[in-house]
Amino acid sequence: MGPRAKPGKSWYGHGLPYLAEKRLPGHLIAIEGTDGVGRSTQIQLLRPWLEVEGYAVSNTGWARSPLLHETIEQAKAGHQLTVTTFSLFYAADFADRLEHEILPALQAGFIVIADRYMYTAFARNTVMGADPAWTRDLFGMALVPDLVLHLDIDVETLIPRVVQNKGMNYWESGMHLALGTDLFESFVRYQGRLIQEYRRLASEFGFITIDARRSIDEVQDDLRRHILDYLPTTGAFRVDEGPPANAE
Amino acid sequence: MFPGDKQTHVEIMAVVRKDGLEGQNAPSGNETSCSDSINADGQASQQLDSVEHARRSLLLSPHPYPGRLIAVEGIDGSGKSTQLLLLERWLRARGYPVRFTEWNSSRLVRQSLRRGKRKNLLTPTTFSLLHAVDFADRLTYNILPPLKAGMIVLSDRYAYTAFARDVARGVHPEWVRKVYSFALRPDLTLYFRVPITVSLERLLSGRAKLKYHEAGMDLGLSSDPTESFAMFQKRVLDIYDQLAVEFGLRTIDATGEILDQQRIVRRMVREVLRDYDRERARGNYGAAGQTW
Repeated sequence: MGPRAKPGKSWYGHGLPYLAEKRLPGHLIAIEGTDGVGRSTQIQLLRPWLEVEGYAVSNTGWARSPLLHETIEQAKAGHQLTVTTFSLFYAADFADRLEHEILPALQAGFIVIADRYMYTAFARNTVMGADPAWTRDLFGMALVPDLVLHLDIDVETLIPRVVQNKGMNYWESGMHLALGTDLFESFVRYQGRLIQEYRRLASEFGFITIDARRSIDEVQDDLRRHILDYLPTTGAFRVDEGPPANAE
Repeated sequence: MFPGDKQTHVEIMAVVRKDGLEGQNAPSGNETSCSDSINADGQASQQLDSVEHARRSLLLSPHPYPGRLIAVEGIDGSGKSTQLLLLERWLRARGYPVRFTEWNSSRLVRQSLRRGKRKNLLTPTTFSLLHAVDFADRLTYNILPPLKAGMIVLSDRYAYTAFARDVARGVHPEWVRKVYSFALRPDLTLYFRVPITVSLERLLSGRAKLKYHEAGMDLGLSSDPTESFAMFQKRVLDIYDQLAVEFGLRTIDATGEILDQQRIVRRMVREVLRDYDRERARGNYGAAGQTW
């Protein structure tokens, strides 16, 4: 809770002291969960639904900032990264999206759906053996989401999904951790640990956990139910005339 | 938080960079063996240790390595780089193994920073974090290995630059200290103190135009670069003065003659090297393959 916490919103740490105090009437909803759990599929379904309900929606995704996206990709390819530089890069990417996408959209009254949030960095860094306290310090500039929906799965269910979809990649298999030379084995171990870590974070930060082993529709129904539960209780505004003219 | 030995596990694939180490100091077999222990399930206890570390920034206690780390700090135009160059010449002439590293020189963030600056995409926070990436990268590849190998590392600017500049740009002073809690404490940090008028004169005589970010133009303090420079650097200078007290930087009056300043610099460095010389005389530095 930062010194500049806004009504209804709070910073995770010190926030961004140089930003002028502004009202953030929008809603920040984070979808968390490990690689291949179905976050983006679910978000693709949430967005049109919310828009039909009358809410203006803005998406933001991990490691997708215009400033850093390319650099991060190149750096990963170059095998030069350490846990420290890795973490700092992701924090920079996050800050860039926070200031250029998330905060302006919240200010304009949008619902921002974040595909992963700072908790992903917390989970990964812990699994990589980085200092959890330091990782959390880095994200002291973050805004605490209004709602965190955690897609939980077990490795057994995850594996066939990932293999069928895009396959196992080097990073998502945690090959950089040298858990083993076999991609499959490494994936199982790495994702197993990530899943554990997300569960631990879920209880620490009070995520709403959703069983993502079920069908896409069942998961979507749950997500919608939780979002609806949240929205009216906040005295939610409705964008009846569509998105504000000054948005993006 | 990641003193060298903990850092190794992601580095196993690391390519020794072209401006990295001379062959004998290159990360070798023992890096790989370290990585094997990382996946161990004893992770929990390891984490507790590092939590302690983070609370007590590494900047607050002396580093354990056999080499020596000497940094220079000061606002733009304070003459610190000139003084460091003269120091390097002297050390090399006396036969010391010296490595030099410079703020904002890592290839890792060059593109992002350049693009971000050109297109004005950077915010105080991303500016700060990208420089932290630069610093962390150089710490891993250019500072830690030579220090462990018993060399003298000369650093043109150090984490204090971030504490001064980034805070002058508006980030929280505590936050940026936490970000850099993995930075080792230099054995000696020389702070070249100079009034704004003098630094401005030096910069303007050297090159015709002030750089956009150097003048803090991104903060919109003034549309006139010279005026903006004066305002921004004044903030930075005030913070440096506080940092000198907080972190025990050795202040040198940088308005004096270059030669006089260098005399003071060498005297201070000689003090720091006294024990080092003793070890060196015994042949105890740079022992290959030794784990520190």
